[in-house]
Amino acid sequence: MAGVDWTDSTVEAGGVKLHLKRAGPAAKKARSVVVLHHETGTLDQLPFYDALAAHYDVLVPHHPGYSRSERPTWMRSVRDIAVLHRGLLSELKIKDAVLVGLGFGGWIAAEMASMAPADLSHLVLVGAMGIKPPQGDILDLAITGYIDYARAGFHDQKVFDRVYGAEPSIDQLEMWDICREMSFRIAWKPYMYSQTLPHLLGAVRAPSLVVWGDDDRVVPQSAAQRYVEALPKAKLEIVKASGHCIDMEQPAALAKLIVDFIGRE
Amino acid sequence: MHLMYFTEQPMSAYPEQAGRDFGATALMLSNKHFDPVEGSRLYNNYIEQYMLAEEVGVDGIMLNEHHNAPFCMQAKANIFAALLAGMTKKVKIVMLGNPLPLAENPIRLAEELAMIDMISKGRLVSGFVRGGGQEQLATGVNPAFNRERFEEAHDLVTRAWTQTGPFRFEGNHYQHRVVNPWAVPLQKPYPRVWIPGVISKETIVWAAQQRYPYIALNTSIEQTKKIWELYDSVAADVGYVGGPENRGYLIQVHVSDNEEKAIENARQFRWMQGEFTGLAHPVWSTPSGYGSPTARRAFVEFASGRASNPRGETSFEQQMADLRIIAGTPKTVIAKLKRILEETRPGILALWGNDGRVSQADSLTCIKLIGQEVFPAIREIAKSLDLKSPFEANAPVHLKYSTDLKPAKAAAAE
Repeated sequence: MAGVDWTDSTVEAGGVKLHLKRAGPAAKKARSVVVLHHETGTLDQLPFYDALAAHYDVLVPHHPGYSRSERPTWMRSVRDIAVLHRGLLSELKIKDAVLVGLGFGGWIAAEMASMAPADLSHLVLVGAMGIKPPQGDILDLAITGYIDYARAGFHDQKVFDRVYGAEPSIDQLEMWDICREMSFRIAWKPYMYSQTLPHLLGAVRAPSLVVWGDDDRVVPQSAAQRYVEALPKAKLEIVKASGHCIDMEQPAALAKLIVDFIGRE
Repeated sequence: MHLMYFTEQPMSAYPEQAGRDFGATALMLSNKHFDPVEGSRLYNNYIEQYMLAEEVGVDGIMLNEHHNAPFCMQAKANIFAALLAGMTKKVKIVMLGNPLPLAENPIRLAEELAMIDMISKGRLVSGFVRGGGQEQLATGVNPAFNRERFEEAHDLVTRAWTQTGPFRFEGNHYQHRVVNPWAVPLQKPYPRVWIPGVISKETIVWAAQQRYPYIALNTSIEQTKKIWELYDSVAADVGYVGGPENRGYLIQVHVSDNEEKAIENARQFRWMQGEFTGLAHPVWSTPSGYGSPTARRAFVEFASGRASNPRGETSFEQQMADLRIIAGTPKTVIAKLKRILEETRPGILALWGNDGRVSQADSLTCIKLIGQEVFPAIREIAKSLDLKSPFEANAPVHLKYSTDLKPAKAAAAE
């Protein structure tokens, strides 16, 4: 999928400057797909983003306090991020968006959807955090080394090596530390889930697709079933030979599931 | 000069090999290795040590706390402080200190400390610390707000001690409808607060801004001098002149009646595999947000095994040569301590006398020699060097109780 032109910009939402990457077909009417990244931040370019950008107007906002977006020191909850991202969509006059949430970004997407916006087109949750898994616990960042944690997201370690390099750079480690600190600031206790979110998901109007890797060692698969039960119109897809980071490990398979779910345009 | 005895209260009965096999000796090393029968014996040994320390004339007993680790058995320093308040008669009970950010309810902490101060008839020194990184994880406290919680809890505790209640406290991290503890300290305006630390510049600056004595924990002479340089420059900025009454120092010193035995026992200061507070997993000892952002890069390099510990690692021999560990007969020890006093001019000195598996008999001998031979000589040296403790200097408990503040320039010129 080479040749996708990504633009970088800074958009202010709720007084916070957010870094935004955006790409898509030249035709102006393409549907907007908002991809919400992991708690490990995001790399600038990923084949998964390119695959979606072949069909849709893809927006990858960097969460406040993560990657290239500044840290609002007042922020205390993941719901705060969801509110800012809702503000971002209004600022950009984006309607009928598809939300694709990856892991921690899935939690943010679920929070945004739970606010029951009338114009949400589709919700896609990929290995989403945000709900207490009925069985097992979400892997704890606080007691896991930077590289061990990032590697735990992959079923096949050779894929990790290709994405981040077998020995990730010091810049990457430093970025993981910055992201980790922000996660602590907003999701320390209870760790990486909300006790109220499952009760609010009944308000989601959009059809939802819940996707999980068959070897997710970060968020137990039991959480997938809980999401499917809580969302009014949800279906579950399991991706084989994938860990938590399906977007990086099986980008084509994930992109295809999404295209099939929301329709080609 | 205020002279104290300190022990980490090592849980020396834990199987050392278990720590080596696991690769860390704090936080996640299983408590199946803790034996409460040995724990009971050791706690009572430490009480015996403290009682002897008072008997042989030390000025203070320094207490601290740590969690989930064999290097320190005190999980709550206030428990031992309360024991000493009732069991001793003269010594200051010097807590260095209570980890403020770990408190979910600082008012309760203020009450406990007030009780200790009253029961001891005004012998409490209430030091405060941030708590180590592992302590935050052991108690489930958010490391990213460690410093904010420290400063806010300090504000709440000192207000609970000094401001007539009831009042309401609405902070960022602590909110309390009613602050009105009936237990308030005997000492006025409140018990002295001393702040121990190892490397954080921010803590040195904060202590100097409050005019609280800073207690350097086993730093080298050069590091200690740099700490006082920084402390004094902040002191000048806020209008006072830093001096010995603002300076404390803790050093590992083992005293024996025999040079060889002293050195052999002093090797036990490295009993936690050479590390000050045990073999630490870097990610647990410095969780994200706990350290200074300026040290972030160095720490991630260390945490990923690509750089040595930015806190530094030195051998036993080097630490002996640097005078960070001193061992010997009283004569040897006094001569070496004299050099430290001359070079760094503290008004508070704590000797960390025994560690690891030093026998109770040798520990008691060490305490006896410290009290009967080392400290009397140190007192004379301190007099000749005019090293006054905060008590002798009648220093204000906090900057706001100062009566001698000068404009910054005048203080800097002195």
